[in-house]
Formats: sequence, C-alpha cells, structure tokens
Amino acid sequence: MSLLSVRNLSVSFATSAGVFKAVDSVDIKVDKGEILSIVGESGSGKSVSMLAVMGLLPWTATVTADEMIFDGHDLSMLSARQRRHIVGKDLAMIFQEPMSSLNPCFTVGWQIKEALRLHLGLDRRARHARAVELFELVGIPAPEKRLSAFPHQLSGGMNQRVMIAMAISCNPKLLIADEPTTALDVTIQAQILDLLTGLREETGMGLVLITHDMGVVAETAERVSVQYAGQKIEEQPVASLFRAPHHPYTAALLDALPERATDKRLPTIPGVVPGQFDRPAGCLFSPRCKYADDKCRAKPPPPLGGDLGYARCFYPLNTDERAAS
Amino acid sequence: MLKYLAARLLTFVPTFIGVTLISFAFIRLLPGDPIIVMAGERGMTEERYAELSAQLGFDRPIYVQFWEYLTGVLQGDLGQSFVTRRPVWDEFFSLFPATLELSIFAMIFALALGLPAGVIAAVNRGKFFDRALMSTALVGYSMPIFWWALLLIIIFSGQLGWTPVSGRIDLIYYFSNPTGFMVIDAIKSGQEGALASALRHLVLPAIVLGTIPLAVIARQTRSAMLEVLGEDYIRTARAKGLPPLRINGIHALRNALIPVITVIGLSVGTLLAGAILTETIFSWPGIGKWMVDSIFRRDYPVVQGGLLLIAVMVMLVNLTVDLLYGVINPKIRKR
Ligand SMILES: Nc1ncnc2c1ncn2[C@@H]1O[C@H](COP(=O)(O)OP(=O)(O)OP(=O)(O)O)[C@@H](O)[C@H]1O
Ligand code: SF4
Ligand SMILES: [Mg+2]
Repeated sequence: MSLLSVRNLSVSFATSAGVFKAVDSVDIKVDKGEILSIVGESGSGKSVSMLAVMGLLPWTATVTADEMIFDGHDLSMLSARQRRHIVGKDLAMIFQEPMSSLNPCFTVGWQIKEALRLHLGLDRRARHARAVELFELVGIPAPEKRLSAFPHQLSGGMNQRVMIAMAISCNPKLLIADEPTTALDVTIQAQILDLLTGLREETGMGLVLITHDMGVVAETAERVSVQYAGQKIEEQPVASLFRAPHHPYTAALLDALPERATDKRLPTIPGVVPGQFDRPAGCLFSPRCKYADDKCRAKPPPPLGGDLGYARCFYPLNTDERAAS
Repeated sequence: MLKYLAARLLTFVPTFIGVTLISFAFIRLLPGDPIIVMAGERGMTEERYAELSAQLGFDRPIYVQFWEYLTGVLQGDLGQSFVTRRPVWDEFFSLFPATLELSIFAMIFALALGLPAGVIAAVNRGKFFDRALMSTALVGYSMPIFWWALLLIIIFSGQLGWTPVSGRIDLIYYFSNPTGFMVIDAIKSGQEGALASALRHLVLPAIVLGTIPLAVIARQTRSAMLEVLGEDYIRTARAKGLPPLRINGIHALRNALIPVITVIGLSVGTLLAGAILTETIFSWPGIGKWMVDSIFRRDYPVVQGGLLLIAVMVMLVNLTVDLLYGVINPKIRKR
C-alpha cells in the first residue's frame, strides 16, 4: 500500500473575478521511502496541490478529491483535531521561502522545541538535547549557540536548515519539500539537496520534491510527475522520462535542457501557461504545442494508460520505443 | 542604544521650549484677568489691584515675564499657585497618582477587551462577530465622552445603584501615609471594604476613559492580525500541527503587537486629554480636574506648569514606547 494516495484532486479558488481552478483532477501516489518529484512551470499548481494535502490552503480554496489517504488515514474524513496529530508529525512540509517561513519574533530554538513538546511530549531537557541533535543532523555549526538566534540573524541557507530540522523533528513518514532551494545560492542548493536525500536514506521517509529544476530531478528523483496548468500531464520513472517522454510538453522541457546550464531554471518554451481567463477549450497545451491540430483544440485529451505515462495527449511521442522494449 | 537614547533626549529640548512658550501664551490669551477673578464678587480698589499686579509681576513687560518663567522652569521652579500658594510642582505630584491610577485601569480595561476582540474579529473576518465588533468599535470611537459617561451613570449609578457617582473612595476610609494610589492604599491599610469601595469608584471612570482606546486597540489589533495571518510563518505554524489558539494567540498576536504597541503609545496623549473630561464629570481629584479648575480660576502658574508637566509626561511615555518597540521587535533590537 502506498504511503500517500490522492485521486482526482481538484482545487478551486474563489477570486473576485470568479472561480479559478488551480488544480484539476490530479492523482498523486508516493510509496514509503520513495522520492517523487513534481515539476512544472510557475503557476502549474504544484504548491497548491501539496498544500491541499497538508490542509494549509486559505479559506477561499475549495478542495475536492475522490480519495486522499495518508498512511492509512483518510485525510478528508479527519476532524481538525485528528488532522493536527498527523500534520506536523508524520506529514511535514518545508517551503520555498525560508526567510519568511520562520516567525521573526521567536528564536529558532523556541520554534523547533515547540513542535517537540506538542507531538512528542518531551520535557525541557529532552527537548533541548533533541534540538541540538537535529541541528547537528542538518549541518548547523555551533548548534547550542544557534538555538538562541532569531531568524533574521541567520542566512537563508541556515534558515532553510532550521526549517528542515523542524520538519523532520518528529520523524515524519513523508516530507514535502516545496522548491526548498529556489531562494538559495547555487552552492547551498546542492548542500540542501544532499541533506534531504541523505535524510531519506537514514530515516526511510518518503520525499516529495517540488522543483523547477530538471537537473535536480535527474539527480535526485525516482519518479517524476509533470504538471501543467493545474493538470498532471505525465508521470514516469525518472530514467524512462528522460529517455522517452510521451507528452509533447515534457519533450519540450527536455529538448530545451542544454540551455539550462546557464540559469538552472526550467527551459523556456514559447508562450505562457494559461491562466484564469485564457484556458483553451481543448488540450491545455495546444496553444504552445507544435503538434497541435483541430482535434487537440476542440476537446481535452483524457489521460492515457500507465504504459504511456498517463500522458494527457492525443498524439503521444515515443510510442515505438515502448514497442521496441 | 545609549547613543540612541541621548539623541532622542536631545530632540526633547526644542519641544520642551516650544511647549513652555505655548502653555505660557495659552492661558494669557484667554480673556479674563486673574486678579479680577480672585477678587470675585467683592470687587477691589484701584490701589489694591495695582499692588497685587506688582506682586504677581504683571506690571512688567510680557517677555520679561516669560524669561523669568523659563529660567525658573530650567531650575526646576514652576512657581506657585495664585490660589493655594502651594508650589505647582507639589500640587501636581499630589494629584498625579489619581490620574495615573485612573489611566492605568482605563488602559487595562481597553487592553483586556481590545486585544482579544481584535484577534477574534480577525480570525473570523467577515463573519457576524467581526462585523458587529467593528461597527461597535466605530460607535465607541465616535461617541462623545460626556454623553457616554452620563449614560453609564444613569444606568449603573441611578437605576441599579451599583456604583458611586463621584470621588475615589467612600469618606469613611482614612489612610495614613498614603501613596496616592487608592487601590494600593486600600490594600495596604487592610481596612474591611476599603478595596471594594475604591474599585467601585474606579470602575465607571475607567470604562469611560478606556472606551476610545478600547475601540482604537480593537481595530488596530484586527488589522495587524489580518496582515500577520497571511504571512508565511503562520502557514508554517499550521504545518506544525499547532492548535488554532496557539497560532492566533501566540504566533500571530506576538507579531501583531508590534504595530499595536505604537498605537497604545500614541493614545497616551488622547488618554490624558480624555482624563480632563472624565475627571471633571466624575469629580475625580486628578490632574485633569485640577487643570480645568485652574483654567476657570485663571491660575496662570498652575495652568502653564501643569500643561508643561503633562507634555513632558507624554514625551517620556512615547520614548518608553519606542524603547519597548525594540524589546518586542527582535529585528530592531539586534541591528
Ligand atoms: N490563495 C490563492 N488564491 C487564488 N489563486 C491562487 C492562490 N494560491 C495560488 N493561486 C493560483 O493557483 C495557481 C497555481 O499556483 P501554485 O502556487 O500552485 O503554482 P506553482 O506551480 O507552485 O508555481 P511556482 O513554481 O511559481 O511556485 C496560480 O495561478 C496561482 O495564481
Ligand atoms: S493533445 Fe495535441 S495539443 Fe495537446 S499535447 Fe497532445 S499533441 Fe499537443
Ligand atoms: Mg510553488
């Protein structure tokens, strides 16, 4: 049984200009100890879908799902109180912006110990020992001293380490890392990723890694889910995704990859992700797709089977490769 | 830190001189002659008038009078009351505890209700409680103090007979060596019923005086909370699985307090202005009532000295708030 299993997740926001569907029938599955990477351009609903799983969306959001099961618990059926026993303990998340994700009014030590008291019920001394241990684990030098620092006294990289230490403090079964390195220097990025994969090895937790960076995907992920305009348009194990992408969007991402060496962000594909007001009637990628024809523009393609990476496309690529292997 | 303090204290100097001048001019610009007022119905002869005028120094040019006043002030001499002949300084400090006590209780009232109300309104933004509270705050803010005080007196003193209408304590109680803070004196004396009596006298004036700060604090807390609740670190707190009470009451409120503290500091001036009216209505023997009485008596030294001391008090409070701001906002403290 998988650790996290979400079927047909949709999220809509009530905005002043009407309802906006930020996530559209997405399926997510993560096994114990697995690294799933979610990639996609900005605005493709990566963060929103994971925040929905965590139950952290603002009240303007409406979340629906056929199934949302984590570690045997149906998340949609839990009361707020029951959910709080899971979220923060077995299910943890770290965010894109380490500097603003920590409370400026409290020391980082206070913030990490708070979780330890709440979920593990440790006494004062045990909390302190565990906090020091966690800071050492995530590579924060002079942990005793750092515990009494305020977030603004630490660098972005240090703050992200604090966030990671806080997220793993109660030995979560699944850690969701939402672009954990985007705000950091390149050298620090590699360190943080090594830290996360290392922790996965040590603790056996599952890891969902949201990223913009195909390089990161290639190095760390085991399975990759590609999102586009709120939909999952393809999902494959990392090796076969790089070798034989089925969806033209994935292929375009990979084609443009060599240029990536300069700025490490997602390669540029002409055009932009459709927003609230310019969603095409047919395939969401059709305005930018070089294979698009009238059929593509007329109606949306349903997802294909698992052997074709669940690609949402009428004309999947590299089908012969599958036949060959 | 010390440098900062010194710089701030230095900015007091021009303000101080300005206030000295304004308070000196203010009372003299009011129509009415203190000597005539003192004479009252009896009237007085020309000779007696000239004699008194010379005695009080009114026969000299106005700038000489100001210069003498200013040099006196700088030496710590505020002059003495025309009426009681006691030094202004002494009168101020014997009455100040009454005003301070009233203000403290008014502030406690405003904070005890305003902070939770603001937090609850922000958390339930747009819902019934929020709307009801914000409309009430608007009413509270624009309600004339005088009218509000009368309404409370009519209900609680008149109809229900729960609270006295004036004074600070029932006359049967007497304290030796008083601190001037009735509540403290009552506790110290251990006399039965003294504390209850002091509190019963205090409650209505404190509510009246605290109403505007209450409205301001509730609104400010709400808007500060609304801003803070959208911050990333609140999402982090929720991601940790903390209960809402802790998220709103500790993580969010602690940050929201930073702007609220500033507002509290600024409302000290308003509080003292409100104290003038409140003390007059409730015959509360504090600085406010003293000022009003002295203005009617054209007691020049008391009015100018009292205004000066009040201004200094407000400046000191604002300075304290500034320093407190550093304590409560770690980002400023360790720069
Ligand atoms: N609270 C909200 N109210 C309305 N719309 C929202 C809200 N949060 C997100 N959205 C919209 O949902 C869409 C998906 O946002 P999301 O943050 O999930 O994108 P993302 O894939 O994580 O992008 P990025 O890579 O930039 O983080 C965006 O168009 C965004 O504007
Ligand atoms: S369905 Fe058509 S437009 Fe959409 S990705 Fe496939 S080929 Fe391109
Ligand atoms: Mg995002």
